[in-house]
Amino acid sequence: MVMFFLKRAALTVPTFFALMFLTFVAIRLVPGDPVEVRTGERGISPERLAQFRAEYGLDQPVWKQFADYVWQLLHGDFGTSIVTNERVLTEFFQLFPATIELSFFAMVFAIVIGIPAGVVAALKRGSLFDQTLMGLSLTGFSMPIFWWGLLLIMLVSERLGWTPVSGRIDLIKYYFEPVTGFMLIDALLSGQPGAFRSALHHLVLPGIVLGTVPLATLARMTRSSMLEVLSEDYVRTARAKGLSPFRVVGLHALRNALIPVVTIIGLQVGSLMAGAVLTETIFSWPGVGKWLIESIGRRDYPALQGGILLISAVVILVNLTVDMLYGSINPRIRHGR
Amino acid sequence: MAADIADHAAEPVLRAVPGPLRSFWISFSENRGAVFGMAVLAFIVFLAVFADWIAPYSPIDQFRDFTKLPPAWEQGGNWKFPLGTDALGRDTLSRLIYGARVSLFIGLAVMVVSVLLGVTLGLVAAFSGGLVDTAIMRIMDLIISVPGLVLAILIVAVLGPSLANTIWAVTVVFLPRYVRLVRASAMGEIGKEYVTAARVAGVRRLRLMVMTVLPNCLAPLIVQAALGVSEAILEAAALGFLGLGAQPPIPEWGSMLADSREFIRSNPWIVTLPGLAILVTVISINLMGDGLRDALDPKLKRS
Repeated sequence: MVMFFLKRAALTVPTFFALMFLTFVAIRLVPGDPVEVRTGERGISPERLAQFRAEYGLDQPVWKQFADYVWQLLHGDFGTSIVTNERVLTEFFQLFPATIELSFFAMVFAIVIGIPAGVVAALKRGSLFDQTLMGLSLTGFSMPIFWWGLLLIMLVSERLGWTPVSGRIDLIKYYFEPVTGFMLIDALLSGQPGAFRSALHHLVLPGIVLGTVPLATLARMTRSSMLEVLSEDYVRTARAKGLSPFRVVGLHALRNALIPVVTIIGLQVGSLMAGAVLTETIFSWPGVGKWLIESIGRRDYPALQGGILLISAVVILVNLTVDMLYGSINPRIRHGR
Repeated sequence: MAADIADHAAEPVLRAVPGPLRSFWISFSENRGAVFGMAVLAFIVFLAVFADWIAPYSPIDQFRDFTKLPPAWEQGGNWKFPLGTDALGRDTLSRLIYGARVSLFIGLAVMVVSVLLGVTLGLVAAFSGGLVDTAIMRIMDLIISVPGLVLAILIVAVLGPSLANTIWAVTVVFLPRYVRLVRASAMGEIGKEYVTAARVAGVRRLRLMVMTVLPNCLAPLIVQAALGVSEAILEAAALGFLGLGAQPPIPEWGSMLADSREFIRSNPWIVTLPGLAILVTVISINLMGDGLRDALDPKLKRS
């Protein structure tokens, strides 16, 4: 077991190195000089320019720059934003809780609706409910979520006035220092009446938008996994020996049907991050996705570089964890490799 | 007499075993959704191909006296512009029709390039094994480890936003799935007897790869490619929406949405229509892809 974990973890090391190389090379290929961006297009003395270059290590040979880069990364130094002068790592971890909160809510939304809906559709295969659900699932799967977000803002926020258009909380009414970075928790901790409600109100719409594609995927996966399990011998046996349908479905079938579904949930993390970029942009949600897009606009390459590296690292680590959890539940995976 | 017998003998046989195309159509058309998707897609393709004749105006002509018109059936609409106009007075209908051309072109271009590259790399990996195989698959693992849209954003940020670079970025993102698919099915075929027989008969390696093994890996590849078109369209539209895709004045659906964002309150129509066009196109391709899967790849058939 330990060997499996170690082997699986060791597999990610070359990926991390390749990732560092990729971000390093990519940023070097960018047209336009980062120093010029920082200093403005004109009006800087050559001495000052050279000083800037030395400061950012841009006067060194490329291989040396890469070695320095890796060395810095290994020491947790992801560079300094050219625009805000803030450490990229600090900035990332200030914004990351907002993205986690949004993604977590989206996933809960997808699971709470998707799995029961998939189970019911499988049990009532071919019914109107099943057909409707599969139609909706196809639509959700094909949905351009940036448009879906705008549409919901138009209907729910503008027409009906139920939810706010952007942000994480009503900043005019409520202000408190972030403790955990998770707005819902911070709002509760602040003890201000109505703060939690306001935070939740802000979270609902972006959460639904980000959760739509996972919801469609989960509903479909649960349904087909459930259908497969329902035709297994042990389910027939359970039925034959007179167990109540509730026990057959709930105890025997569902538990086995959920195994592949749990894997899918874990593997959604990558697409959640991609979806977060769009969702955060639409709802002005101050997370890492919006930050990434803004740093492109500002040509803040250290932020872009560090941000992509950190987001990918998170995805790799989550996938690793899912694999390990799965391996510890299912011995066939563990010994298969 | 002899001819008579031959006729009678031949007929039932012909009926029992329809040709490959016919049998494909029979199982494809069993899926009504797939046929519907194909019909809608055919209509969109028709619009895209004949946009020059169908669209009432050029997609970049600006009618400054008619900006932000709602569709003709709404109050204040004008039948000269059936679906209204955008903030610069450009005809929405015309832009949507030309937009179909852009989106379908991106989808097809990504599909063709990534299938060609994917088949090549996948076959090379499967046939070479060893270091080459490991190198190719590690690179694919790397690409997969970065979330698709984030990687595409990185590539576009590096190359600069344009239609061509959108295609390259999305192609890179989609490449691993084709490489993995082709490699896996080629590896499955290589051990089989017909491949050994061909090898013993002295077939050259390239011919062995392309003519002997590849045709037997095609079914899942076609299904994946069809679904890949719709995903490529979505991804490219997302890039366009973020301002990192096709640049103005190209009538790309995603960037049309981005342009209209500020009018979400005053002119909801400008926002609604381009997204609807993306959704309908993607759904119809996905419906068709499902039908293709059922018809070509019975093993993967959804229960």
